[in-house]
Amino acid sequence: MARYFSRMGGGSPISVTKDEIMADLIQGSEDAADRAKVPALSRDEYEHLLDIFCAREKFMSVEAGKEVILTYDACTLKIRRAGVNVDRIQALQIYEKLMGADTMELSHVDYSYKPIKPIAVSEQPVLEQALLGTHIPLFYGAQPNLGLYSQPDGPFPNPMELMPMGKIKEAQESYEASVEHLVKDIVYVASLMYESGADGINLDTSGAAGDADFLGALLATEELRDKYPEMCIEFGTAGEFVMGMHSELEYKGHRLAGMYPHDQLKMAELAGATIFGPVANTKTSKSSAWNMARTITFMKPVGEIANIPIHVNMGMGVGGVTMTDHPPVDIVSRSSKAMVEICRLDGL
Amino acid sequence: MRGAGDLVARMQMSKGMKIDEAKAYVAKKLSVDIEHLTDPVIMSEVRTDLGIGVITPVAGSPKGIEAKFNIAKVLDIDINCVKRFMTRTS
Repeated sequence: MARYFSRMGGGSPISVTKDEIMADLIQGSEDAADRAKVPALSRDEYEHLLDIFCAREKFMSVEAGKEVILTYDACTLKIRRAGVNVDRIQALQIYEKLMGADTMELSHVDYSYKPIKPIAVSEQPVLEQALLGTHIPLFYGAQPNLGLYSQPDGPFPNPMELMPMGKIKEAQESYEASVEHLVKDIVYVASLMYESGADGINLDTSGAAGDADFLGALLATEELRDKYPEMCIEFGTAGEFVMGMHSELEYKGHRLAGMYPHDQLKMAELAGATIFGPVANTKTSKSSAWNMARTITFMKPVGEIANIPIHVNMGMGVGGVTMTDHPPVDIVSRSSKAMVEICRLDGL
Repeated sequence: MRGAGDLVARMQMSKGMKIDEAKAYVAKKLSVDIEHLTDPVIMSEVRTDLGIGVITPVAGSPKGIEAKFNIAKVLDIDINCVKRFMTRTS
């Protein structure tokens, strides 16, 4: 029986048969369908994914005319992470001219709104100078990162210490107090950057610290939308479901804990987001076929109901892509092609 | 900028357009077919003619904020930094 090259979610190369790929596709999709209470993929969609996985080409793409645009998070941070020692404006020029990016993002190496707040006025001139010399849309972005608001990093009692002691109410109160400060910090930084000319603001990895983190990002989005009706706000998420760390928080009557991407989208739209960037995390112990089918099953309902552009997160450890620093092009291109062709996306 | 991805992105960002609507809008404004939006040869010529920025600029061609003034005009949209540039200079 013919065998095909593929990978595990952790990136390790594997050799698999067509039957094994199909079995993983079905299991991955059914896992997502069961969790998110959405339909599993159809027989035609499984066959399409099977064709993609059994193709011998190393690199794959969509047909001409079906391309989508790419938004990037933390461009300037990633150039430094790669050990390329250039200034941030030069990093943006590299993204724009050498890498052919459609959009890019100015960011600080301490990629959260809280640490940026005291240095925001120093970030503004960099953004303003970058905007003078570049052409493509330029976001300013950071993470909400609610974890920075609890002790020892922040002012509020640490819920992770309170909960094991049975102090559930105190832990919830700490989260609620943290949300107020998170919203203030996001709105403060985003306002300054928008006043300096940024084309958009990116709230990256919203919900990473759970439902309170997600709520803070929603409330900040709502406040920014009221303040700047024309502002582009990209609302990126952290995982396929909102962790219920507080567990009882609601936004406009909707409980946030446990929300999957199609419900997260509705909250982002209610808050006034311009672009929604859902995430599904990669399981390293499962195959790429399993991960891709699972991710697409989460994302397909999002594309079907969205009123705003959808840019699914595709990269190391998300979107069916391997959890590796340098994602292999075979899986990146297969995941991207499959995602765009099945999910009615607007970007990645 | 190799094609027109930045322009399509601007329509998503400024008007909330979905991908097909954004591509059709940009293609109409540039007077090209949708399939041409990702063609670096055709788009280099179009971008040069319209002065909206190219990967390899030559002397005298609009660059940076100059090109963005032209992008705002061609796409008939407001660009935040262009508006602020005008506020600060006039």
